[in-house]
Amino acid sequence: MDKRFMTGNEAIAEAALQAGCRYYFGYPITPQNEIPEYMSRRLPEVGGTFLQAESEIAAIYMVYGASGSGARVMTSSSSPGISLKQEGISYIAAGELPCVIANIMRGGPGLGGIQPSQADYFQAVKGGGHGDYHLLVLAPSTVQEAVSLTMESFDLADKYRNPVMLLGDGFIGQMMEPVVFEKRPAVSLPAKDWACTGAKGRASNLVKTLNLDPAELEKHNIKLYEKYQKMRKDEVRLENYLTDDAEVVIAAYGSVARIAKTAIQALRQKGIKVGMIRPISLFPFPYQAFADIAKRVKKILVVEMSMGQMIEDVKLGVCGAAQVSFYGRVGGMVPSYEEIVAEIEKLVKVAP
Amino acid sequence: MITEMNNMERVFGRPESLRPVSTHYCPGCGHGIVNRLVAEVIDELGIREQTIGVAPVGCAVFLYNYLNVDMFEAAHGRAPAIATGCKRVHPNMTVFTYQGDGDLAAIGTAETIHAAARGENITTIFINNATYGMTGGQMAPTSLVGQKTTTSPTGRKIERAGYPIKMAELLATLDGPAYISRVSVSSAKYVVRAKQAIRKAFETQIKGLGYSLVEVLSPCPTDWHMTPAAAIEWLEENMLPHYPLGEFKVPQEAR
Repeated sequence: MDKRFMTGNEAIAEAALQAGCRYYFGYPITPQNEIPEYMSRRLPEVGGTFLQAESEIAAIYMVYGASGSGARVMTSSSSPGISLKQEGISYIAAGELPCVIANIMRGGPGLGGIQPSQADYFQAVKGGGHGDYHLLVLAPSTVQEAVSLTMESFDLADKYRNPVMLLGDGFIGQMMEPVVFEKRPAVSLPAKDWACTGAKGRASNLVKTLNLDPAELEKHNIKLYEKYQKMRKDEVRLENYLTDDAEVVIAAYGSVARIAKTAIQALRQKGIKVGMIRPISLFPFPYQAFADIAKRVKKILVVEMSMGQMIEDVKLGVCGAAQVSFYGRVGGMVPSYEEIVAEIEKLVKVAP
Repeated sequence: MITEMNNMERVFGRPESLRPVSTHYCPGCGHGIVNRLVAEVIDELGIREQTIGVAPVGCAVFLYNYLNVDMFEAAHGRAPAIATGCKRVHPNMTVFTYQGDGDLAAIGTAETIHAAARGENITTIFINNATYGMTGGQMAPTSLVGQKTTTSPTGRKIERAGYPIKMAELLATLDGPAYISRVSVSSAKYVVRAKQAIRKAFETQIKGLGYSLVEVLSPCPTDWHMTPAAAIEWLEENMLPHYPLGEFKVPQEAR
């Protein structure tokens, strides 16, 4: 068994390598620097290419070029850097190019700070760049889960010909945990016969995003939409934690969900039955899970490291059938389990 | 008569790398000539099936409709980064970008300079027509001082818009590039030399010597508001003195 003690950032890099990623293009930014640093050391050992680009913009277009050439490729950055990449991410989504983008979020807006944050939820799940498109967005809450989701991301990217964003925060990136690298079973994936590899013995290939004919562009948008609909149907991932007998449910993702678990244990010792729905896929969002729980549970507390972003999707799922409250810390401040306990206690005291 | 013609040696024809279609370029535009020169060079080097091109945003965005090779369409200015990603995956392919002055010398300056500085083993064909052609003739980074454009209606003023950039000279100061030259397509003589330079640039890449760029001075009669003949004259009278033709950097082995 391949068991190691690593930071989340290093684990994401190693997992990418083990998933067959041989190209990495990036630009330094805290708190994700361990990913490019690890890649710069390890990729040459396995015959891959690490390139430190002149900017995040250049890096994402190197990804565009490598992906369009048929390779498994990734980049990583943190919030302000991901903003810079948005133009390229829109082009990559439009050109239907598979790749993995790790976003180890930090506090914002602007230059913000370098401590953990979840303030880029909207940017990640609602598009981010221009045009009607979506990324597949996966949010790990442990270093081990970062490994498995990273590996899976590459398969999902190839399966859907769509960029996949691994959405972590400074905690996930910097925290060290023991992790196991298990070989993933080989998945059957579509051939990349669309890629630019030299037009030998076939008509020439073209990777492009321009459609000047509005009827053609509408057709392309509908094609993309159908892909997102398929993701909504087949790729929803979530964890139900002690929801069976819960009277109050917490909604949280990523590292906040871990803190919430500690709070739930403490609350249950006090006799308050609390559970949690932890979305793992943020796009597609597990709306149905919230619709279902709202039939039974009338109080839901959303906890985020933001001023309230995922709460909008929770409310869409609940659709007025339960009271949805919010607790958030921002700017790199992290909610403690005691704060979450206090919030839940406040909630249960008030009659619905 | 027909039999006789069939027995004659074919000395001129459409390159295999150039699709049998008409282009969208305006009458008197230099792009059509340069598209063809690139196709001829690809044919002559026998690398059509081992070539991957990157089209820019600008008048040459539809380059992929004319060249019969695998191609990317880039975002504005990002062609060198895309070519870098592609070349790193396919080091044995010949990878080139085709970019205009706004693309290469304004929005994509960082990508251009850093691809050159890395000595990225790619080739760039740089069309300098001193204007933003596709968007209707705005001032370009290479517009001449005093040149009237839609965003410098009384002529480019140094105090407001600074000076035009000489990209070939600028890039030649770097250690990374192997071959940098400037040519023109304003006369038959210059077209022949332009083709030689494009060929040399592609050969530089095939030999693995590093980054190569050919800057091509090219007329834009439509946005210069001139007849094709007057545009040629304007180019030679105004652009040639500011943008001297020649090789600014040649591969070590070719010196």
